[in-house]
Amino acid sequence: MTATTDFGGSPIPRGDQPVRFVRADTVAASPPPSSEVGPIAWIRHHLFTGPLNIFLTVVIAALALWLLPGLIRFLFIDAVWSGKDREACIITEARPVVGACWAFVAERAGYFTYGSYPIPQRWRVDTFFVLLGLGVVWLLSMRLPRKDLAALYFFVGLPIISYVLLVGVPALGLPYVETTLWGGILVSIVCSAVGMVVSLPLGILLALGRRSSMPAARLFSVTFIEFVRGVPLITVLFMASVMLPLFVPSYLQPDKLLRALIGIALFASAYMAEVVRAGLQALPKGQYEGAMALGLPYGLMMRLVVLPQALKITIPNIVNTFIGLFKDTTLVVVVGIFDFLKAIEAARIDPRWAAPTVSTTGYVYAAIFYFICCYLMSRYARDVEARLAKADKR
Amino acid sequence: MKTLITAALGAALALSATTAFAQQKQSTLDAVKQKGFLQCGSNPGLAGFGLPDAQGNWTGLDVDLCRSIAVAIFNDPTKVKFVPLSAKDRFTALQSGEVDVLIRNGTWTMSRETSLGLEFTGVNYYDGQGFMVRKSLKVASALELGGASVCVQQGTTTELNLADYFRANKLELKPVVFATSDDTFKAYDAGRCDAFTTDASGLYSERLRASKPDDHIVLPEIISKEPLGPAVRKGDDQWLDLVKWVHFAQVTAEELGVTKANVDQMRKSENPDVKRLLGTEGKFGESMGLSNDWAYNIVKHMGNYGESFERNVGAGSPLKIARGLNALWTKGGLQYAPPIR
Repeated sequence: MTATTDFGGSPIPRGDQPVRFVRADTVAASPPPSSEVGPIAWIRHHLFTGPLNIFLTVVIAALALWLLPGLIRFLFIDAVWSGKDREACIITEARPVVGACWAFVAERAGYFTYGSYPIPQRWRVDTFFVLLGLGVVWLLSMRLPRKDLAALYFFVGLPIISYVLLVGVPALGLPYVETTLWGGILVSIVCSAVGMVVSLPLGILLALGRRSSMPAARLFSVTFIEFVRGVPLITVLFMASVMLPLFVPSYLQPDKLLRALIGIALFASAYMAEVVRAGLQALPKGQYEGAMALGLPYGLMMRLVVLPQALKITIPNIVNTFIGLFKDTTLVVVVGIFDFLKAIEAARIDPRWAAPTVSTTGYVYAAIFYFICCYLMSRYARDVEARLAKADKR
Repeated sequence: MKTLITAALGAALALSATTAFAQQKQSTLDAVKQKGFLQCGSNPGLAGFGLPDAQGNWTGLDVDLCRSIAVAIFNDPTKVKFVPLSAKDRFTALQSGEVDVLIRNGTWTMSRETSLGLEFTGVNYYDGQGFMVRKSLKVASALELGGASVCVQQGTTTELNLADYFRANKLELKPVVFATSDDTFKAYDAGRCDAFTTDASGLYSERLRASKPDDHIVLPEIISKEPLGPAVRKGDDQWLDLVKWVHFAQVTAEELGVTKANVDQMRKSENPDVKRLLGTEGKFGESMGLSNDWAYNIVKHMGNYGESFERNVGAGSPLKIARGLNALWTKGGLQYAPPIR
């Protein structure tokens, strides 16, 4: 402090002249020491605080230095960007090093996205993607109004529109497209979207059933959840696609993709039920008791008091389940359905594109696609979490 | 509980019995005609045999045979629904009636025919295990591979055949095994082993993937028998005949020099063999429940066996597989069709 003191005068006030010791204005804060600001200080505070931190920083930096240049060279510098067939990506005298073969991904992009969906009809798939995107944004973005309409659109309207669009109704001028022709990103998205749209309501019902006081509902829910959770998804898919046709006459057999979709939806529901149950149990008992004290019947209590709170706190977990489900859809390949990964797999063995780096490029493309999708989902879950944390503090 | 289980079992049995009954009542050919399309079990992805192209259309030698059957029945190569089947569910799919014919590079073996309830109709591709080595190794025969390290995929018949062959020829073997075929070839390409072994058709497609394809040669020895052909359900001889003779018709067409390009001229030919094949003489198509110009339609749309071979796996394709065992019997191969008469 730099407050001035009157050394010459006496500290005892004389007469009625008050002595002013109090400063009228605040003193400006002096700048922090130079060792505490700027990028160097930031680095010291965050990266080099102690022996362990220093060690980790060095190791990670070394790892990055070791991996990144090679990766960048492979993915961008040495990469082949255009070409019609394997000639573009093979090793020649003039080009001894070949990086990623993006020409292959570019040529097969249509196949990776739509599978064998007839080319003149592919606009229908594009429309589906757009409608789905709109639904997701409307439902998830906090700024947009009328969530009730959004939910109605997403859980009722969209499935019907998608069915009409993708499968086709000849009466409406949309020719019928066999699901055996579907493939690529379309199938991956359809599988996960159906899984998500079905599993959420079904999971809530199962979770309520499991906590219900009615023995029949409880027994059914517990049996279903425990049975499905005790069996791997691959087994469910095999049962649906290999066992079912042996018992059911061929004219009653559901479509191959539909069988897989049912398997995935039921499988995801069991997991969703457990996530929702965790939310139901996390609510303080007082919420239930309060609702009951108000005389609300069971349905209203759940709809107005319990579920809104329970679902809100489980959103991060629900999204987590969706991420797992999205990646699990790659398993449909075991029953001969061409999802995105399988489409890449089929294209990479085509001799027309046989070159040393084609397979790697295909897998890199798949990794990028899955990473972007999953990262967006987990980003959303984190935002929701942050918002909820803020609300809780209030 | 017990009665419930009994009831459920009874219902399941009754249901499967009606299924079996429904299948027996109607012949496969009639069922296919009624559906309006052929359901063909195909490989989910094998270079040259069954693979979707950039537009998603199926192409390959096996795929062509499926289309040829569709042409024989409907005179339309697009009336096929391809059902990609994994190695695990292919036979179930055939037994359950999900597919009408299975053309999925299945190896014709005795146990498959005697115990799986299916019947192979012929061989549309004679495959067998072979070796690939670097040219710089200066090896001309598999018998010179004693002491060589061989890259092979783990847990396959390929691995067993390899061990058998080396033991039978008293050669020292150093196998280097990998879990997937991709890893196996990558290791060979990186120089981990002297030789690489898999089915001969696979060797050609893998070689294209090598960093320097011209540095590698495929050795002439074939050490195993892998006759690949279509399979149908047992118990429907009419359908068996049809699938069998579609292949034979294409082989006969090649033998007689009937091609996609000249089939219309050949129809006017005076050669009695050609006349019988193309349906200008006799009623061979009708005897199978088809029209008499069934073989004409096949050649017109799909070409003869040789054309299909060259287009998909031979000189006209990137694979460039030599005809070898798959040449006509008149040219030193094994493709031989009984006469149409």
